Amino acid sequence: MKSVLPGARIGGARVVVLIPYLWLVFLFLIPFLIVVKISLSQTAIAQPPYTPVLDLGGGWQGLKTFAAALSLDNYSLIASDSLYLVSYARSIQIAAVSTVLLLLLGFPLAYGMARAPRRWQPALFMLVALPFWTSFLIRIYAWINILQRDGLLNQLLIMLRMVDEPPAWLASDTAVYIGMVYSYLPFMVLPLYASLEKMDESLIEAAADLGCPRWKAFWLVTLPLSLPGVIAGVLLCFIPIVGEFVIPDLLGSSQSMMIGQTLWTEFFLNKDWPVASSIAIVLLAVLLTPILFYQRMQTRDLSERA
Amino acid sequence: MTTRSAEHETGFAAHAEHTPPVRPAEPLVRFEAVSKAFSSGIAVDKLSLDIFEGEFFALLGPSGCGKTTLLRMLAGLEGPDSGRILLDGKDLAGAPPHRRPINMMFQSYALFPHLNVENNVAFGLKQDGLSRREIAARVARMLSLVRLEGYERRRPHQLSGGERQRVALARSLVKRPRVLLLDEPLAALDKKLRNETQFELMNLQQQLGLTFIIVTHDQQEAMTMADRIGVMSEGRLMQVGAPAEIYERPNSRWIAEFIGDVNLIEGQVLATDPDGLMIATGSAGPLRAVSPSDCKSGDTVWVALRPEKVRLSCERPAASEANWVTGKVCNIAYLGEHLAYKVRLEAGFTMKATLPNATRVAEQRIRSDDRVWLSWSEDAAVVLTR
Repeated sequence: MKSVLPGARIGGARVVVLIPYLWLVFLFLIPFLIVVKISLSQTAIAQPPYTPVLDLGGGWQGLKTFAAALSLDNYSLIASDSLYLVSYARSIQIAAVSTVLLLLLGFPLAYGMARAPRRWQPALFMLVALPFWTSFLIRIYAWINILQRDGLLNQLLIMLRMVDEPPAWLASDTAVYIGMVYSYLPFMVLPLYASLEKMDESLIEAAADLGCPRWKAFWLVTLPLSLPGVIAGVLLCFIPIVGEFVIPDLLGSSQSMMIGQTLWTEFFLNKDWPVASSIAIVLLAVLLTPILFYQRMQTRDLSERA
Repeated sequence: MTTRSAEHETGFAAHAEHTPPVRPAEPLVRFEAVSKAFSSGIAVDKLSLDIFEGEFFALLGPSGCGKTTLLRMLAGLEGPDSGRILLDGKDLAGAPPHRRPINMMFQSYALFPHLNVENNVAFGLKQDGLSRREIAARVARMLSLVRLEGYERRRPHQLSGGERQRVALARSLVKRPRVLLLDEPLAALDKKLRNETQFELMNLQQQLGLTFIIVTHDQQEAMTMADRIGVMSEGRLMQVGAPAEIYERPNSRWIAEFIGDVNLIEGQVLATDPDGLMIATGSAGPLRAVSPSDCKSGDTVWVALRPEKVRLSCERPAASEANWVTGKVCNIAYLGEHLAYKVRLEAGFTMKATLPNATRVAEQRIRSDDRVWLSWSEDAAVVLTR
């Protein structure tokens, strides 16, 4: 009896821990391995549209021929064709500029929220989170309405006599940046707010008391203490923006594509699953550094709080 | 338990030994009819106060009496609604906190969590643009003064409460402020550490020759450390004076009851003569006491008598005794260092009396329900007119 009870408890705990691992294995690891495998295949006019197809009926020999047929051709194609490299570079550039814009806009917003009277804060928090209640796609379509030639923005500009000719906003980088900043603002503001909100106001008073003017106290105290929030916000915006598809597709120009659009084109228009897969794998490799950095920050934050 | 007796028994009466500083003519800090109101009510109400160079001054009062607000106004963290605050005779109005030669030790300590001990202490010196060598030297000296050598690289979250308190103290002292403000500096420490730290603070103040203003709600703390105490209530100063003065000569019933324990007996002045006055009290019979200056026949007054100034005996005292009353012991509390008695007088008043626990408890002769006589000299009690 004595030995059974603790053993049973450990068994139960193991099952609980197993569930997320099973989730990760079936919904992340296996699909990922499939994508890796497809990225090493060649396109074919067949069903599925690539070769080789793994046939376990062939036994050991079949497996050997399957492995021999895999190649890195798609990766050398991506490396040699400037179309892809330009697309990657453009994605990273747009993500970097958007993230800087988000930080410049999001920090004062989060700071204002955190310094607002306590009883207003839930309402302000709600206002930031409210756009999530509407579908992302619908909100981007709404921006098409706002930005089109006879849209709300141009009507307003003409009414205010700021322009004579309505400028074309859509199909430009400006429209992409507007869409990015608009869509990702909550992802920047909320982590910043979380780190600024828990900051003790008396630290700023102590800095002032020790001879530090207010603007300097911001640099020496507020900013360093909000750094975990800044890093979380930057990574939460930068990583998904690099792979963003909907915003550049609906608001941007078709002349220069972000990597998400290039991938979509390869997959749905060219039906080249292997190249599309290798684009995805390279994108993941590019983003792996910031993702790992974010993970490390999270663990360090947790261990420091404990 | 009274504060005085507690001090004597625990040996915390050091301020009685050191001579109070010679008071210069000009105050270092002057509050002139300073008022401050918040949306929640009036915090400080037309308060005037002078504090002198080299003083250890305590602002004592219950929570919400405005003492912290007064301190924050001096630091520049709040602005007064009206009135003036002067430092060295110069009006501080318009001087932001970072330009005032005043430093504050916050109740929460407000240590910068992202900086180690050394950089926390150096923070203020760096703002003054001192050379790196001088900063290092002064920080090292200050850390040795508060016994924190070897803690330079630690972050605040790696320190104990007492260590954090000392870092906060070092950080606020290292700039050698004209005035050091301490907002409940010992509130977060446990009792034993608090008593030790009281002594350390007094030594530091003596050693550095600085002016300290401390805010506290703990009267023992104020009595132990301060040269002078300002007792505050509802935004006003009720009395300002040396600890002994406030304890021995309270100026009102409020002070008498706030500081230590007291018997307050209401009565009317029957007759005055050069030596004192006779007071008719309904609850304790006629009493004799030394007269306060502004007292005439027929006035309503209160006789304030500290329990430890009452003699308690089983026999009727000699006729030469100025005051005596008799009653039955209704309660005895054994408090270790002394015994607290409650005696119900025949006229109805319940009188408190304390006796030092000089003999073993088994040998105590006075028991509950015993008839006892209480006596005191005519200058033992204070007559209060308000």
